[in-house]
Amino acid sequence: MFWEQLLNGLTLGSSYALIALGYTMVYGIVQLINFAHGEVYMFGAFVGLFLVTAGFNIFVALLGAMAFCMLLGMLIERVAYRPLRGKSSRLSALISAIGVSIFLSTLMVLYRGPNTTRYPEVLGGSTFQLGSLQVSTLQIIILLIAALLMVVLELAIKKTRVGKAMRACSQDLEASKLMGVNVNRIISLTFAVGSALAAAGGVMVGIYYNAVWPYMGTMAGLKAFAAAVLGGIGSVPGAMIGGLTLGVLEIMGIAYLSSSYKDAIAFAILILVLIIRPQGLVGQKLSKKV
Amino acid sequence: MFDAFLNQTIDAYYLRILIFIGINIILALGLNLITGVTGQLSMGHAGFMSLGAYTSAILSVQLEVPFALALLGGALVAAFFGFLIGIPTLRLEGDYLAMVTIGFAEIVRVFFLNFGPGGKAVGLSGIPQNTGFTVVWLLVLVVIVLNRQLLASRVGRSLYAIRENEIAAEACGVDTTRMKVLAFSVGSLLGGLGGGLYAHYMYYINPQDFGFMKSIELLNMVVLGGMGSIPGTIIGVVILTILPEMLRIVDEYRLLFYGALLVILMIFRPNGLLGDVRVYDIKKWWTQRGDRE
Repeated sequence: MFWEQLLNGLTLGSSYALIALGYTMVYGIVQLINFAHGEVYMFGAFVGLFLVTAGFNIFVALLGAMAFCMLLGMLIERVAYRPLRGKSSRLSALISAIGVSIFLSTLMVLYRGPNTTRYPEVLGGSTFQLGSLQVSTLQIIILLIAALLMVVLELAIKKTRVGKAMRACSQDLEASKLMGVNVNRIISLTFAVGSALAAAGGVMVGIYYNAVWPYMGTMAGLKAFAAAVLGGIGSVPGAMIGGLTLGVLEIMGIAYLSSSYKDAIAFAILILVLIIRPQGLVGQKLSKKV
Repeated sequence: MFDAFLNQTIDAYYLRILIFIGINIILALGLNLITGVTGQLSMGHAGFMSLGAYTSAILSVQLEVPFALALLGGALVAAFFGFLIGIPTLRLEGDYLAMVTIGFAEIVRVFFLNFGPGGKAVGLSGIPQNTGFTVVWLLVLVVIVLNRQLLASRVGRSLYAIRENEIAAEACGVDTTRMKVLAFSVGSLLGGLGGGLYAHYMYYINPQDFGFMKSIELLNMVVLGGMGSIPGTIIGVVILTILPEMLRIVDEYRLLFYGALLVILMIFRPNGLLGDVRVYDIKKWWTQRGDRE
């Protein structure tokens, strides 16, 4: 029982982690809580659904959704955030992000209606026995894809030139500019990468829970933001650890405490952790400069 | 009564909008104190509103307490929780604090979804409709005047100082700890008061009325008008309360326009509508205009 719940938690947590990565990467560079990120995730889930319904292989659909959301993320950044950068307080950018979020979810409601659409059966519901543990193939596939994406991301950030530029920007935007980094391009790319990961999360959640709906981004976005903060916002490993932790705690809370308090449990844990460790689980404590 | 007179002379629809503007002004001025003036990003103001609404409604319906006492009870309960939420702000900053306030509001929502005396997910109905135009706008006037007094006082200047630079404020002898907790308590008190008025206007409340989107709507009002300014907040409230009503002509595209307008307004007025307008500049512009003629 416990191990099965742990596996369920990790599956849910890996989707939180994928969305949280987008929040944390964008935040690390431009200090913006990108509230439209949950809607990008929702669009990812829907594009995946359309491609699967059109008869494409699920992995093709996953890549298609990621590509679409990359463009969507870059478009959002170009239209709604770049005009504000440098000349406004961070809160104005936040309101702009909220505007985008409302716009995108309404767009999907207009197109598809507010109701839930079921995902077609794509990966089968087969399960196998691992000792006394019953494991579904779907969970294993989701965990593997999530792990693969995170490893690729980690390598890209650590080893490539663009990754280096991203790290430089998150340390000091102005100094990176002086060193010849094309800051606007890097920010755009950061949105692209974050959005692609969210799209992957969206498709996987859609398959796993067999449902997509236009407002799915709101709660998932909040939880993923919570995961990013839990891990220490701005930190990439933090988002992964925070996402997995939140997923496991949430599932454990449902299993052992009460399912009607499901959402409250996740947030209560978050508040407790932040009061004890204000910088998040793996975030660094920055000393304030005067 | 004056209300009866208004009911006969003004169209019920416009009266309703006017009452909502009043309630929203009280709510937004509370949030303005926390986020606009003191600079502590709160994204869970609907949580305090919810506490005020439920407490006062339960007092009215279950215990048949008089309206004024029920309102006061709701406001005090909200203020108490604002005080509690104010304490972690002493250690948390910026977006970590935002997350705590979001989390708090979600916990409040889930709590009332499961709270027996509040009717659980069905909501609480049969609340006496005591809130009318007169009560709301009298309270609005009181709140505005007291708010002005507070902001013009030594305390108000300390709050602004915390927003501008917390370390410098502390170095100048501002007790930042006390001030931040104070801002949270007073801000939530107003949130609870607004919630109580809302509950006694609507007859019926439901935990979902006070969700994340409600908090965001209130934050939009404060930021749109111009952070920290009372006239700015009022203008923000008026615009964002009337805008969705005016957008009813575009019917199902309403929220689409609303979202797009938020983005456009922020691009053209990044510091809010009145955020960088000062009375001094207007006077100067006015006198120069006079000279030219």
